[in-house]
Amino acid sequence: MTFQGYHRSNGTVGTRNHVLVLPSVMCANHVVERIGRKLPDLITVQHPTGCSQVGVDFEQTKRTMAGFAANPNVAAVLVVGLGCETNESKALASEIAARGQRVEVIGIQESDGTTNTIARGIEIGAALLRDAAKHERRVAGFEHLILGTECGGSDTFSGITANPALGWAADRIVGEGGTVILAEIPELVGAEHLLAERADEAVARQLYELIARVEQRAAQMGVDMRYGNPTQGNIAGGLTTIEEKSLGCLYKGGTTPLREVVEYAMRPNERGLVVMDTPGQDIEQLTGMVAGGAQVVVFTTGRGTPTGSPIAPVIKVATNTAIFGRMRENLDVNAGSIVDGTRTLPEVGAEIFEWIVEAANGRKPAAEELEFRDFAINRIGPSF
Amino acid sequence: MGLSTNGAALRLSDADNVAVVLRALEPGTELTFGAEHLIATQEIPVGHKLATREIPAGAAILKYGQTMGRATVTIAAGEHVHVHNVEGIRGRGDLAAARSASA
Repeated sequence: MTFQGYHRSNGTVGTRNHVLVLPSVMCANHVVERIGRKLPDLITVQHPTGCSQVGVDFEQTKRTMAGFAANPNVAAVLVVGLGCETNESKALASEIAARGQRVEVIGIQESDGTTNTIARGIEIGAALLRDAAKHERRVAGFEHLILGTECGGSDTFSGITANPALGWAADRIVGEGGTVILAEIPELVGAEHLLAERADEAVARQLYELIARVEQRAAQMGVDMRYGNPTQGNIAGGLTTIEEKSLGCLYKGGTTPLREVVEYAMRPNERGLVVMDTPGQDIEQLTGMVAGGAQVVVFTTGRGTPTGSPIAPVIKVATNTAIFGRMRENLDVNAGSIVDGTRTLPEVGAEIFEWIVEAANGRKPAAEELEFRDFAINRIGPSF
Repeated sequence: MGLSTNGAALRLSDADNVAVVLRALEPGTELTFGAEHLIATQEIPVGHKLATREIPAGAAILKYGQTMGRATVTIAAGEHVHVHNVEGIRGRGDLAAARSASA
């Protein structure tokens, strides 16, 4: 199997050809937004991070921004800084360039104010768009594809219909030489032993350590995870405990051996099934996987969530026919037909696989058509 | 995995003591899984679970053939199984805190 993608100079292959404008710090959000308003073909993001951060929290924020900017779906990046931020814009740009990405950088203080910076940003953005338009799709093997998997707004049918069907497609991706990311560690609590059985000893130990961290946090806070996860919506949908949710979540990753465990926003070194350390919070998870190099994401939902990434197609799979009917504009595949008895699990799995290939070739799923551009970086320390 | 003969509930593993309701059940609805018969004793919403046999207080709730929690009270066959009669075993920082307070 192959797809038609954009071959980048660092050897990666994109499924999209975006030009990204990224603030290195929240103080540059407005300028970035104004540049994007003038040139709507640019992809802009805003975020509340990049200053007064230290240690592992700052490292993770910077790694996420650099990884996101260097995702192969991005042809070139314009970083906009303020000038006095912790996340120094030129250092961030160097980090992005070191990953083989084309990057330009401007600063608000250096450009003597916002009006000049916006004007300069529009000029550079227009030039980057002109250059990006010269790239063309060419054939690429599945060894270049990293698929992110996610479930959000889960219900009891997630673990019966959409997640096993996504797992079927994930097994096909791995069979074709590709990589599949399984994440949201809190939603593996109670199911981790089934995944560890499919890993070598060192990888299994890393997985158990991630799970232990989650339960230690709950112990430090003295809380039952059930007050927050499963969520009220999950519980209304019939999910009773985190174990039950996890056992259903696990199916998304399919049945192949677990090859590697990576930190948040870290690009996998191995091909095949990998686990990434992300929270269950949908947008932070999505951003982490895309910053880790995922060019396509499949997202299953029972309650119905519209989430999409600014730079990667996110294919939505409904777990039940009722939500597929009600939120049709936000959803791409109906796995509810499995319990309705109208289609088999492999039939829905094959539809998801086809969608992944077509999305890699350029077909826009609902979230992309509707221009959802959700972006949030997972924080692991306080602001000072 | 087995669907009840009327198609109203799905038991995901033969080892399970709960089944997932596919069509909202009225009290009195009869369900048959192979040789096992039971009657829903309560209204049970779509996507929620009912006990396919009696589950003693403290016993494991089994779904997908795996432990998904434990019964906080004895649950009769045909009863709604959810947060009111089941607790999680994992992620219980509240129990860890209670243990360290009494130590």
